[in-house]
Amino acid sequence: MKALVCVKRVIDYNVKPRVKADGTGVDLANVKMSMNPFDEIAVEEAIRLKEKGVVTEIIAVSVGPQKAQETLRTALAMGADRAILVMTDDEVEPLAVAKIVKGIADEEAPGLIITGKQAIDDDSNQVGQMVAALLGRPQGTFANEITVEGDSVVVKREIDGGLETVKLALPAVVTTDLRLNEPRYASLPNIMKAKNKPLANKTPADYGVDTTPRLKTLKVGEPPVRVAGIKVADVDALVAKLKEMGVA
Amino acid sequence: MAKVLVWVEHDNASVKDATLAVVTAASQIGEVTALVAGSGCDAAAAAAAQIEGVTKVLKADDAAYANALAENVAPLVAGLMADYDAFVAPATTTGKNIAPRVAALLDVMQVSDILSVEGPKTFTRPIYAGNAIATVESTDAKLVITVRGTAFGKAAATGGSAAVEAVSGPADSGLSSFVGSEIAKSERPELTSAKIIVSGGRALKDAATFQEVIIPLADKLGAGVGASRAAVDAGYVPNDYQVGQTGKIVAPQVYIAVGISGAIQHLAGMKDSKVIIAINKDEDAPIFQVADIGLVGDLFKLVPELTGKL
Repeated sequence: MKALVCVKRVIDYNVKPRVKADGTGVDLANVKMSMNPFDEIAVEEAIRLKEKGVVTEIIAVSVGPQKAQETLRTALAMGADRAILVMTDDEVEPLAVAKIVKGIADEEAPGLIITGKQAIDDDSNQVGQMVAALLGRPQGTFANEITVEGDSVVVKREIDGGLETVKLALPAVVTTDLRLNEPRYASLPNIMKAKNKPLANKTPADYGVDTTPRLKTLKVGEPPVRVAGIKVADVDALVAKLKEMGVA
Repeated sequence: MAKVLVWVEHDNASVKDATLAVVTAASQIGEVTALVAGSGCDAAAAAAAQIEGVTKVLKADDAAYANALAENVAPLVAGLMADYDAFVAPATTTGKNIAPRVAALLDVMQVSDILSVEGPKTFTRPIYAGNAIATVESTDAKLVITVRGTAFGKAAATGGSAAVEAVSGPADSGLSSFVGSEIAKSERPELTSAKIIVSGGRALKDAATFQEVIIPLADKLGAGVGASRAAVDAGYVPNDYQVGQTGKIVAPQVYIAVGISGAIQHLAGMKDSKVIIAINKDEDAPIFQVADIGLVGDLFKLVPELTGKL
């Protein structure tokens, strides 16, 4: 079966985001961008399923600007077979992304769609669930372990109280949590090879999707700032402070 | 007045704490109806009826809703939404699993993890791991929202007396089934509602050392136990201990960070704590930039000493 993996180009997770002075957003000019970490895990999982012989072809998809091509090349270098870039310079909300992914899934008929559970820029945590809803297929969110068994997939999920296991009929959508796997680094020969792998260019209109935002961003501001407090010299001083606060 | 449907998180017998903050947030949007979907959930419905601010309880009692499988409960909610203007759920793993599926069925763009209600359709929410706060206004006909529990006060669990009405929805979709769960049983306070949290980082070395150093201090203080992503990744403690951008968001009265350097992702999960105490051997660790009280030194010496002196 085919696997479709969705990847997003986002601010690198090691970079501290800075809010623009005019309050319109976060400054991304000259900031290092990378593949969303959860999406790397999604790509890795698809590759492992291919190595096990469960998946036959991996298609990486990204919705974003021309430069998202780099993110797709990274996925190809890791081991995806081909890529589709749905190009737009607009910020595309999860609902519209989900509609585009549904359009691609209708054409490609993947057995599994794997996405990161959330992107570390807008922290929405929506696309996977929305794709599943639009396709009328089951969802295994926040996956910690994935096992394909015949015509179903068993997903162990990270939940607030611990872990939960669900069994989903294929085709299904899975979103990845942190501990599903540790993504590989692309080797130099594979990076070179990735340049020759097919990458199709599409637009949201090709899938009949209107990407006009439903949410108007009125303002983006700084969070309340915490100021550093005091340092105490020893445990006795700390105990005294805790007693003052009434917790000891 | 807007009509708001609230997702009640429960275990069929009682209502979970996360629901109470959601009722507070939902009350700021409109009149609150609580939805209790489960199997054999009479007791939970009765408890929901007592929450201050809840004007009506809808009880959907069916084996198909037993484990809150999104494939079954999302169509139930989407159907009920014909009579409501907003669906509001907690930003717990349950709420985050269900709400976007409801939103897509309604063709609505969800507003995730709100911190405040600024107007009938205007909300603030954290982006970039809480390094920026966006104010957004929905232009959709209906709202689908998840609520960050630590950002709202808890509605009183008793005092209300709403009527309970039974409702039904679609049958089992047959798309998914519940296999089992591994839920940690603990006498400790839950992280998201604990007044004090003791949290450990990678500096704790291994699982045994984490137990030896962190647990006695937590026991002494009656505290919940958390961990940084690094400590969870290294296998010191299970995933449900993780505090951070992608783990649990906590805001206790006192947060004690032991051997945690203070990565952006960790700070995102705990910087709204009332008082932050950091114990770390590196005096330049970023955690000290947000800590109210810092103690620099060897945690293997300092923490047992602290435990002994409390």
